Amino acid sequence: MSARRIFTRPARIAVLAPYLWMALFFLVPFGFVVKISLSQTAIAQPPYLPVFDLAAGWSAIKAAFVALSLDNFRLLVSDNLYVLSCLRSVIVASVSTAILLAIGYPIAYGMARLPKSWQPLAMMLVIVPFWTSFLIRIYAWINILQHDGLLNKILLALHVVAAPVVWLSTDTAMFVGIVYSYLPFMILPLYATLAKLQPSLLEAAADLGASPRRAFWLVTFPLSLPGVGAGVLLCFIPIVGEFVIPDLLAGSDSIMIGQTLWLEFFTNRDWPVASALAVVLLALLLLPLLIYERLQRRQLEGAQ
Amino acid sequence: MAEDIANSGTLPDSVDTRLPPKDAPLLRIDAVEKRFGGFVAVDELSLEIRTGEFFALLGPSGCGKTTLLRMLAGFESPDRGRILLNGQDIAAVLPHQRPVNMMFQNYALFPHLSVAGNIAFGLKRAGLPGAEIADRVAEMVALVKLEGLEKRRPDQLSGGQQQRVALARALARRPQLLLLDEPLAALDKKLRESTQLELMALQRRLGTTFVIVTHDQEEAMTMADRIGVMESGRLEQVATPRQLYEAPVSRWVAEFVGDINIFEGTVEARDGGRLTIATRDAGAIVAAAPRQPGETTRICVAIRPEKVRLSRRGPVADAVEIGAINRLEGVVTDVSYLGGLTGYTVKLDDGALVRASMANIARLDIDSYAAGQRVVAWFSPDDCVVLER
Amino acid sequence: MAARASRLTRFNIAALALGFAFLYLPIVILVIYSFNASKLVTVWGGWSLRWYGDFFNDQAMLAAAWMSLRVALVSATAATLLGTLAAVALSRGGHFRGRTLFSGMLYAPLVMPEVITGLSLLLLFVALDAERGFWTVTIAHTTLTMCFVAVVVQSRLGSLDRSLEEAAMDLGCDPVRAFFAATVPLIWPAVAAGWMLACALSLDDLVIASFTTGPGSATLPIRIYSEVRLGVKPEINAICTLIIGVVTLVIVAASLASKLSSARGESAAPL
Repeated sequence: MSARRIFTRPARIAVLAPYLWMALFFLVPFGFVVKISLSQTAIAQPPYLPVFDLAAGWSAIKAAFVALSLDNFRLLVSDNLYVLSCLRSVIVASVSTAILLAIGYPIAYGMARLPKSWQPLAMMLVIVPFWTSFLIRIYAWINILQHDGLLNKILLALHVVAAPVVWLSTDTAMFVGIVYSYLPFMILPLYATLAKLQPSLLEAAADLGASPRRAFWLVTFPLSLPGVGAGVLLCFIPIVGEFVIPDLLAGSDSIMIGQTLWLEFFTNRDWPVASALAVVLLALLLLPLLIYERLQRRQLEGAQ
Repeated sequence: MAEDIANSGTLPDSVDTRLPPKDAPLLRIDAVEKRFGGFVAVDELSLEIRTGEFFALLGPSGCGKTTLLRMLAGFESPDRGRILLNGQDIAAVLPHQRPVNMMFQNYALFPHLSVAGNIAFGLKRAGLPGAEIADRVAEMVALVKLEGLEKRRPDQLSGGQQQRVALARALARRPQLLLLDEPLAALDKKLRESTQLELMALQRRLGTTFVIVTHDQEEAMTMADRIGVMESGRLEQVATPRQLYEAPVSRWVAEFVGDINIFEGTVEARDGGRLTIATRDAGAIVAAAPRQPGETTRICVAIRPEKVRLSRRGPVADAVEIGAINRLEGVVTDVSYLGGLTGYTVKLDDGALVRASMANIARLDIDSYAAGQRVVAWFSPDDCVVLER
Repeated sequence: MAARASRLTRFNIAALALGFAFLYLPIVILVIYSFNASKLVTVWGGWSLRWYGDFFNDQAMLAAAWMSLRVALVSATAATLLGTLAAVALSRGGHFRGRTLFSGMLYAPLVMPEVITGLSLLLLFVALDAERGFWTVTIAHTTLTMCFVAVVVQSRLGSLDRSLEEAAMDLGCDPVRAFFAATVPLIWPAVAAGWMLACALSLDDLVIASFTTGPGSATLPIRIYSEVRLGVKPEINAICTLIIGVVTLVIVAASLASKLSSARGESAAPL
C-alpha cells in the first residue's frame, strides 16, 4: 500500500454514482442509436420497427433481431446527398480549424507575452464571450451581415462596393460564424502551453545566436505543439458535427452532416436514417476522439 | 515533558520496570523492504532508534531515505519486514492513528488556515477540549517564538517563520517520534545554521525522539546524535558523527562524508598494528590497522585533507617521534583560500594528487605555500584509515 | 539584444487588438442595437427601452426563460455533485477497474457533436417511455455538464500539493476527513466555477434541448432559435443583452471571489 492508495477506497466509492450515471445516460444510449440505425422506418409511435418488447417473450425478441438490417447504411452510401454532406463536413471543419489556428496562435502568443499581471485579465476577456450563449454570438453576426446590416452600410459608405453584397447564407458567413464561436477553444489551450514556456529558453536561444524569428520557429513553436494539438482537436471534432452555425449562416444548397441528421430526424421523422447518420458521424470522429481523450487524460493526470 | 525525562533520569532503573530504560529502542525497523515496480527503494533495512535520540538519515537523493521516513509516518507501507514502535508492529497502522508526526519538506501548511489554526489542527482531531487546545497552541507559539503572528496566514510569513509553524504544528500533538523531511532545505545558509542550533536545543528540552532526513552532511553532523548513511536502499553505516568521519567502514562512506584522499594499493608487510601498503601512485604508505583487513590484500588507504600537513623540509621533531612517518614529496599545483582554511593540491612525484587543508591560524601568510613550490606532504599512520576496495 | 519576454512587439499588439476587437465588436453592436427605438433593426431611431418592455410582456418568451433557468439550476447542481465525485475518483482513486472507460466517458462529451448526444439521449428516453419535458432536458444537461465540472475540478485537484492531505492525515485525520479538512477548502473555488460553467452551458444549449424536450416545454434558446430563423427582431437583441449582462455580472463576481480565495495558494481555474 502506498500513500496514493490510502485514498483509493473512499475514492472508489465516490466513483459509483457518476459511473452509473455516465453508463446509463452516455454509453447505453449509443446502444439504442446503433440498434435503431439497423431498424426500419415506420409510421408509428415510436416511428421505427422492430420494437423490442421484453414482455413479448424470447421468440418475439429473436424475430426482432432477425428484422434488423443494414438497409439504412446502404441508403447512406448510395445516395449522393449523404456522401456529399459527410465530405462537406470534413472539409468545412478542416478549413475552419486551419483558419482558427492561423488567427488564434498570434493572439495566444501575444497574450503569453503580456506582462504577468495583465494575463489573467486577457484570459478572462477570451473566456467571457465563451460564457455568453453561442446562439447570441451567431445572432450578433446576422445583425452585422444581413442585407442592410452594418457591414454593408460601412462598405457602401466607404465606396468599397457599389451595391450591397450578399453575406448571409454564404459559406463566408458560415466560416466567420464558426471561427468566431470556436476562437476561445483554440486560444485557451495554445495560451496555456505558451504561458508555461520559460522566457529563459528564448534568451538562451538568442544567446546561442538565433534571431527572434528563428528562436520562435526552433524553440517556441515546437514546444507549443501539444497546445496546437489540443486546440485543433477541440475545434475540429465539434465543428464536423456542427448544426446551428451552418443552419443559420450558410446557404441551403449544400449542407453538413449535422444538418442532414437534424433534417432526417425533425423534418422527415426518419429516426433510423438519423441514427445511421449518427453512427457514421461517430465513426468519422472516432480516431480524433480517441487522440483527444488520450491528450486530455495525459494533461489531467500527467502531474500525478 | 522535559521535566518527565529529567525525573526519570534520576530514578533507579528498578523502580518502574514498565518504563523502558533510557537506551531501549523506541523504534525498531526489522528487515524492511519497499519496492516501486522493479525499483528497490529500501532493501532489507534494519535499524534501531533509541528514545530521546536525534537521529539523522543521510544520503544522496534517491537513496531511499525519504521512502523510509514515509514508511515511519505511514504514508507508505513496507512490502516486507516489520516496523516496531514501543514493541508494537505499526506497519499496517494508518498515519492518523500513529503517535508519530511529520514535518514536511515543503512544510505543507494549510493555506486556508491561520498560524494558530494550523497548530490547532491536529489537536482538534485529537478531540481535546477548546481551552486546552488554546493553551497548547499558545505554548507551541511561544516554543517556536512566533508570538504575535497567530492570526497570520502562511503566505504572509517568511520562509523561516513558515518552518517554525510547521515544526510547532507537528510538535503540538506531543508525538513520541517526530519525523523531519529535509526541514531546513528551503532556508538560506545563515538562517539554516541558526535554525539547526535551535532545533537541537528544542529537541534536548522536549526529549522527543527526532528522525531527520537530509542530504546535507554538515546538517546531519551538527545536529544528530547518530547518523545512518544510506545508499541504494541500504544502510552503509550507522554511527556517531565522529565515528562516521574518523572511522568510515567503507570507501563509499569515506568519500560521501567529507573530503578525503584515497590511494589504492596492496598490503606489502604487516608489523603488529602497522601495515605497509604499496600504492599505485603514492609510493609506500604506513598505516595503523586497528581492524585487520582479513585475507584481502587489495585495499585502499584514506587520509582526510586536514590531517595531511605540508612543510618545506619535511616533518619536524614531533613527527619524527611517531616513527615510521609517511613523507610524500611533490609540487603544489593549486591553492584555494577559503578564509578559515586554505586548501592545497599537491601533485606527488609518483603521480597521485593529494589534497591538504591547513587552518589559517595567523592573519599574515607566514605559513602558506604557492603554486609550483616543492613541498613534503606528511601524515601520521594513526590518521590513516584502511578500507577494503 | 533579444526582446525580453515581457516586451511586446508591434506584431503582438496588433494581434491582440484585432483579436479582441473581433471577439467583442459584434457583441457591442448587438447591445447598442437593443436600445434602438426604431422597429427596423438597421435604422437607428434613437435610444429606447421599448424592446425590453416587449420581452417582459412576451409570455411565451418568459415561460421559456423560466424553464431554462430551472433546468440550469437543477442540472448544474446535480452536475456539480456528480462531476466533483468523478474528479475525486479520477485524481485520488488510483487504477480502479474500468477507469479507462470511465475517463473516456467523461472526456468524450466535451467535444462530442451535440447532435449525437442529443439524438442518443432522446432514443433512450423514448425506449424508457419517459415523458419528455423538464426532467429529460435536465438529465441530458446534467450528463453533458458534469463532464465539464469534472475536468475543471480534476485539474485543480491535480495542481494541489498532495502533502497537504498527508499532513492532515499525519495530524490525525482519516483519509476522508483529511480530504474535507485540507482539500475541499482549496478546491471550492474550482467547484463553484464548475457550477457556474454548468449553468452557462445549460442556459446556452439548443441542440440537446431540442432533441430531449417535449411539446410545450421549450427552453429559451429553442424559442430564440425559432425567432432568429424568421429573421432579426429587436426584441431578440434585448433578450440577448439581458443574458450578456447577467453572465458578465456572474463572471465578475466569480473572478472577484476567486481572487479572494487565490490569496490562499493557487488561483482557481476560471474555465
